[in-house]
Amino acid sequence: MAEAERLLGLITIGILAGGVYGLLAVGLSLQIGVCRVLNITHGEFLMLGGILTFTFSQLGINPLLAPVIVGPILFGLGFLLQATLFRGVKARVPSPSAFEGNALLAAFGVMYVIQYLARIRFGTQSLPSQYLTQPVPYVGINLAVNLIVGFAIAAALGIAVYLFLTRSRVGKAIRATAEDPPTAELMGVNTNTILAVCFGLGGLLAAVAGTLVSMRTPVSTAMGFNNTVIALIVVTLGGLGSVPGSFIAGIIIGIVSMLVAGLWESVLIVPVYYAMLMVLLLVRPTGILGKK
Amino acid sequence: MLQVSRLNVFYGKSQALRDVSLKVNEKEIVALVGVNGAGKTTLLNTISGLLRPASGSVEFLGKRIDRLAPHKIMNLGICQIPEGRKLFSDMTVGDNLEMGAYSSAAWKRRKETLERVYKVFPVLKERRNQSAKKLSGGERQMVAIGRGLMSNPGLCMFDEPSYGLAPKLFLEVLEVVKQLREQGITILLVEQNVRNTLQIADRAYVLENGHIVLEGKGKDLLQNERVKTAYLGM
Amino acid sequence: MNITRLFTTHRKLLLMGFLILLIAFVLTFPLYGGARTRVLITMLVYAILAMSWAMFSGTTGYMSLAPAAFFGTGIYTTYLLQNHLPLPIIIVAAGLISFVLAVLLGLVTLRLKGIYFTIFTFGLVVFIPNVVTYVEGEVTQHHGWYFNVLDRTIILYTMLGLAVVTVLAIYLIRRSRLGLAMQSIGGNEEAAEHMGIDTTRTKVLTFAISAIFMGAAGAVLAPSLSYSNPTIAYSAFYSFVPIVAAVFGGMGSLQGPIVGGLLFGFLEKTLKVEWNTYFMLGFGIIIVLVILFLPTGMVGLVPILRDKLGGAISKWRKGREGEQHANT
Ligand SMILES: Nc1ncnc2c1ncn2[C@@H]1O[C@H](COP(=O)(O)OP(=O)(O)OP(=O)(O)O)[C@@H](O)[C@H]1O
Ligand SMILES: [Mg+2]
Repeated sequence: MAEAERLLGLITIGILAGGVYGLLAVGLSLQIGVCRVLNITHGEFLMLGGILTFTFSQLGINPLLAPVIVGPILFGLGFLLQATLFRGVKARVPSPSAFEGNALLAAFGVMYVIQYLARIRFGTQSLPSQYLTQPVPYVGINLAVNLIVGFAIAAALGIAVYLFLTRSRVGKAIRATAEDPPTAELMGVNTNTILAVCFGLGGLLAAVAGTLVSMRTPVSTAMGFNNTVIALIVVTLGGLGSVPGSFIAGIIIGIVSMLVAGLWESVLIVPVYYAMLMVLLLVRPTGILGKK
Repeated sequence: MLQVSRLNVFYGKSQALRDVSLKVNEKEIVALVGVNGAGKTTLLNTISGLLRPASGSVEFLGKRIDRLAPHKIMNLGICQIPEGRKLFSDMTVGDNLEMGAYSSAAWKRRKETLERVYKVFPVLKERRNQSAKKLSGGERQMVAIGRGLMSNPGLCMFDEPSYGLAPKLFLEVLEVVKQLREQGITILLVEQNVRNTLQIADRAYVLENGHIVLEGKGKDLLQNERVKTAYLGM
Repeated sequence: MNITRLFTTHRKLLLMGFLILLIAFVLTFPLYGGARTRVLITMLVYAILAMSWAMFSGTTGYMSLAPAAFFGTGIYTTYLLQNHLPLPIIIVAAGLISFVLAVLLGLVTLRLKGIYFTIFTFGLVVFIPNVVTYVEGEVTQHHGWYFNVLDRTIILYTMLGLAVVTVLAIYLIRRSRLGLAMQSIGGNEEAAEHMGIDTTRTKVLTFAISAIFMGAAGAVLAPSLSYSNPTIAYSAFYSFVPIVAAVFGGMGSLQGPIVGGLLFGFLEKTLKVEWNTYFMLGFGIIIVLVILFLPTGMVGLVPILRDKLGGAISKWRKGREGEQHANT
């Protein structure tokens, strides 16, 4: 009985933590699906979000309010990256098919620049950023308040993004641009701006995910890369361009990581994700809810 | 209204248009005919701003537009109904139509424009929540035309509307084209179906290998010996 | 005009000159000695990684991020076998293990679209070290790898030998039927399939062959490291830097990745020493600049120069002709 309760507890924590992975993956999914950039700086955006949240909290700003400042800052950074760097890469590639590869390499360079600057400014130590750690009793275990609040914020933001993409004028332009950029241009869409908005939105979502992560665990400038890997796995699992898919995959990954860490060994989390991904792609080559 | 002068367009090193000049007057139906690979789509894409000419100019309402971005050109009132429809297949019929009204002026009036489009194509109103993927060829062409009209264009450029349509359906499309002209929209009609097109065109141009080789009244070209042998199989 | 001619008509001559310089450079290796041996070894490692990466990804267009996975596996192989087998056999074993690993990965992922392949190969770089760490923690109880130290000059010459073998192998493959098949996959995969090319087999095979050299390079390098561990050996750095080097040198040619690899190996070792903490920033910026301003590599620079020069010259000529017309 105690074993069953423990399992239920782990699964619950996994679901709640998975919401944040989903949020992170939605941003990356937009950048890959619309901008065609395999953005391996994504985890660095999360890192910046977390570190900045901590920095602001030192100045007396409540972490729950931090997204209001951190979000726009990292939206701006993402917007600029797309509007200058990736647009420049696209203009200069020898053939359109070379864009994705070259953009990935450029992103790799940017990843080093961001990591280095962050290290210079914030060092490499873990920063105690946790917030709302009060326990809430739940079937024999305790859930921290930050876990519940984090899930709620992630889910609300995920729904907002979904509505934005399906209902709003700009959201529709984003979907049109993702599918067929020249035809979107013929409709009067300035695709360069749309791509920059999209990339910025991805940065904003990663930043908020960073805030949410920082409430649960200490942050450090070295945390980016692992989160990039997780986001890539979640996106692939959920299928490119699907918001619900990203969330479902995020929750699956959350549950799996809690089960593997709780019942087995935490170094095996990534190998297990990877094995799942292999099996899934053999069965469904476009992810859980992917298109085409 | 539209004045294309001595346009030269290249894909890399190969030249697709050579010294092409063409004129479309207000409220005219002008046809541009030619075989596969003649350069028709290239010309429309250059006018729309998707391609940059190496030399020559495009003027619309007295303003040079050949250096403008596509979305700026579209805001001036030129719409292109592209070859093969190019619908956004991940979206519903309604969303596809709305995309046509993306520019901010048209966006404000999109509800009433939509009603007008539904009046021309009542089927689309029934299908508005259906995915664009699941339409028949004729319905797709209706969505493509409707989407173009959503921007309230002054000049509407059709690229091979006959593509993939039964002859009877194509005749219906031509009827719509005539209706549009009656409503005051100027038409540039690119086609390979030469006979039917020349019958409704006020004036027409024949494009061969990137050159304009003939031009004249639609009815006159139907009698032209060269057109008869090369395009009408007579 | 003369400069541009030189590039186009005397390419063979330039290539010869390049080879002669390279040979002279190699023959004088012992003169550099000491700390520089390390630099030279690193340069050769990157040249091998860049060449073998370009052989598969440059021609087929499937962007592999796996070099670090095979390279790290080579290092690990040496660690595991160093007390049991002589180095030459270890090198062959590392190549074979990488080959098998690549075949397995290729069979699963090379049927998918390019982007999934890229994500998968990237995942491999994280997956393997985690598994190795787990095995070390649970099974062997060893943490960190120490190597039996070998004279650096021997390692240098072994690496040089491996580099020569790699060049020859790639040269031969490029001219073989397999090379042609790869090329047509890069051009248009569907068309290649219609021509009767078994595209999956071609991709898996060449991906696996390229992995052999990467694994072998890791095995040769290992004895020059006094210490390593899964995180260091499988660093994503070893995936990306050879790729950037290949792009920088120009992927279309055989010599492009070699030049790029040698140069980036040199940069890495010297920047690390000279700049230390600013190293990552400098490297990041260099990578961004290369991709932004030299997207077709130095080899691609030649036609650009030629066009620019040619364009300027013909403009100048036209101007003069115009003047002459005006005068007459
Ligand atoms: N993207 C491109 N890159 C290179 N060449 C192109 C491209 N698009 C068209 N061409 C070439 O330019 C020429 C004109 O093509 P275009 O598409 O304008 O012809 P078209 O008259 O519209 O033909 P169709 O009736 O088949 O639509 C053709 O020779 C074609 O091969
Ligand atoms: Mg055409």
